[in-house]
Amino acid sequence: MSERPILEVEDLKMYFPVKSTGVIRRTVGHVQAVDGVSFQVEKGQALGLVGESGCGKSTTGRLVTRLNKPTSGAIRFEGDDISDISPRKLKPLRREIQMIFQDPYTSLNPRHTVGSIIGAPLAIHDVVPKNKILPRVQELLEIVGLNPEHYNRYPNEFSGGQRQRIGIARSLTLQPKLLVADEPVSALDVSIQAQVINLLQQLQREFDISFLFIAHDLAVVRHFCPEVAVMYLGKIVEIADRDTIYGHAHHPYTQALLSAVPDVKQAEVGGRRERIRLQGDVPSPINPPSGCRFRTRCPMAQEICARVEPPLMQIGPRHKVACHFAGELGQSPTRPVTTSVLGVDDQGSPAGTSPATPVPTGPGYDQQWFDLSSQQVISA
Amino acid sequence: MSDQKTPGSSRVGLGKRGASAPATGSGSGSFLEVRDLKVHFPTADGLVKATDGLSYTVERGKTLGIVGESGSGKSVSSSAIMGLHRGTRAQVSGEILLEGTDLLRLSNEEMRRARGKDVAMIFQDPLSAMHPYYTVGNQIAEAYLVHNDVSKKAARARTIEMLDRVGIPQPDRRVDDYPHQFSGGMRQRAMIAMGLINDPGLLIADEPTTALDVTVQAQILDLLQDLQREFNSGIIITHDLGVVAEMADDVLVMYAGRAVEIGTTNQIMTKPEMPYTWGLLASVPDLAGDPEEQLVPIKGNPPSLLDPPPGCAFSPRCRFKEHVSGDLCTTQLPELTSAAGATHVKRCHLTDSSVLKQEQPA
Repeated sequence: MSERPILEVEDLKMYFPVKSTGVIRRTVGHVQAVDGVSFQVEKGQALGLVGESGCGKSTTGRLVTRLNKPTSGAIRFEGDDISDISPRKLKPLRREIQMIFQDPYTSLNPRHTVGSIIGAPLAIHDVVPKNKILPRVQELLEIVGLNPEHYNRYPNEFSGGQRQRIGIARSLTLQPKLLVADEPVSALDVSIQAQVINLLQQLQREFDISFLFIAHDLAVVRHFCPEVAVMYLGKIVEIADRDTIYGHAHHPYTQALLSAVPDVKQAEVGGRRERIRLQGDVPSPINPPSGCRFRTRCPMAQEICARVEPPLMQIGPRHKVACHFAGELGQSPTRPVTTSVLGVDDQGSPAGTSPATPVPTGPGYDQQWFDLSSQQVISA
Repeated sequence: MSDQKTPGSSRVGLGKRGASAPATGSGSGSFLEVRDLKVHFPTADGLVKATDGLSYTVERGKTLGIVGESGSGKSVSSSAIMGLHRGTRAQVSGEILLEGTDLLRLSNEEMRRARGKDVAMIFQDPLSAMHPYYTVGNQIAEAYLVHNDVSKKAARARTIEMLDRVGIPQPDRRVDDYPHQFSGGMRQRAMIAMGLINDPGLLIADEPTTALDVTVQAQILDLLQDLQREFNSGIIITHDLGVVAEMADDVLVMYAGRAVEIGTTNQIMTKPEMPYTWGLLASVPDLAGDPEEQLVPIKGNPPSLLDPPPGCAFSPRCRFKEHVSGDLCTTQLPELTSAAGATHVKRCHLTDSSVLKQEQPA
């Protein structure tokens, strides 16, 4: 924590307009794809973003790489806000932040050779003379474990795993400081997934790259990221270090996600464990539920959940959760834990008293946090 | 397909079975027996042996999980059971015995009557498996009308009943919706309703949850497990070892068109005897082990089915082949031999599988 984080995202929002059909395409609503997301990525570290499809994790990744311009909020890369910079200033930024895409079949141009795909960033950014591009391309192919002699081949001559390696080589060409990996292994076969994960870990150590690792596979994220944020319908509902998320999750959605993963180890105990069963599907982000967005599927939702949105409170040294009834699995409190923080009564109506404790909403972790058992702010 | 003539349609009583699944002869041997199934595709580049000599049985009331990577032949072999290669250039041979009747020897008309009634299939992507122009209810009812001489009204009532059983809320209203009005999980539920509407004896689920999110996947797995008690036998095809661990009684591991290991789920998941199965288990991160521990990947890529490696197809990627004397692995295809106990067979030259256990991942 001593060093400045390489990436700091604060209250990031991305609303995509929904247009009506017809000649005059009025904006009739907004898809709130990302709605007030804050997090930090430390230098050389990896933050995992997990959630179901439509939760906004990929949009967050595209905002960080500035493939989309956010509606509001700040994205500070090495301290400078990049959320609103001009296209001209974006170009040097592309050298620092690169992206690995999910689908190795559609993210490589089929009519370009591997050499020109990997070498294109070098030519565009004019970093090495033209005659030096090929040696650099071959070096990169070697790094990602492909035959350097294959620079003249086309993507269709490679298997899925090899193509993903080409995508990784392309993202490494400019020696970026931050890599946004959007589901980098989910399109690959299981035996190939481990190869690519190991490659990414090796690159991370070797080149000191920071990762924003977006995935829906909780086991892969656990393996890759020391810090994990769980998203639901455009918001982070829980963010913590790995041991806390996987061992002491306090948000019912995180708990449900974890218990939904079918596990190989189940065969040993013969059969399936009890799950927290979530009803129904993720609601539409055009018209999200009031209050807590998870309440429509939450097994312990009460009146307060519909009225007041739970703040993302820090409840441990490296643990934030957004839930009125935050607690470990099976030990959730019967009374909302957020009343003193929000200044409301148990049903969520204003209690007249001013909020007792201010909630820090910054992207990082504070030295002080709200202790759930004592309902007090304590410091480290 | 091979133009085999049917041996007299009278003994094929398949399509005429009553709507209720017969529970006669409980425990009397295998329900489905596949013997030496070969599915070969002639292509411009040569013969692709997508499935090459596959044999397995599914016991009555049990569920078999078929695991393998893309291109291992797991889907191709199962669509052969449904007779989906008929009328294509695929060369299918072997025997597929469903309650003693060889499905490969049925005429097209007999197969049409059996398809959906005796064997039904659920596909991976419910959006592309449904017709976008017809309502969900229409498509499900169609499957019922094909096999039953009933009125449209009765079929509709039966459809609503099925939608209710697979957990679609307000089934009497949703029956008139189009597929795009359903969410991914609901579409898969509707597919399951379509598959089960004729009470098939065998249900084949081809990657039923791959396209779904984890929480929805959990719902569908719960539903399938509830329904498992109602239909006779099942085959679940998946690449997700976790899904198999939860759903299947027995597991068949496929590699390059062949079975490489068959055993009970517990045997396969805890005591794999074949290096490929071992490698699959070692390369998947799980939610329990040490997160800092390096994954053990299987090196290399799956082989081309046009030109499979000589000997054991897995030998180029196998990390244990030096434990086998000589060049046996690269010259001779190992037979499926008993590994540990009668129910557990493997296709591997490795005689002393304790080397696998020494490197057993935690």
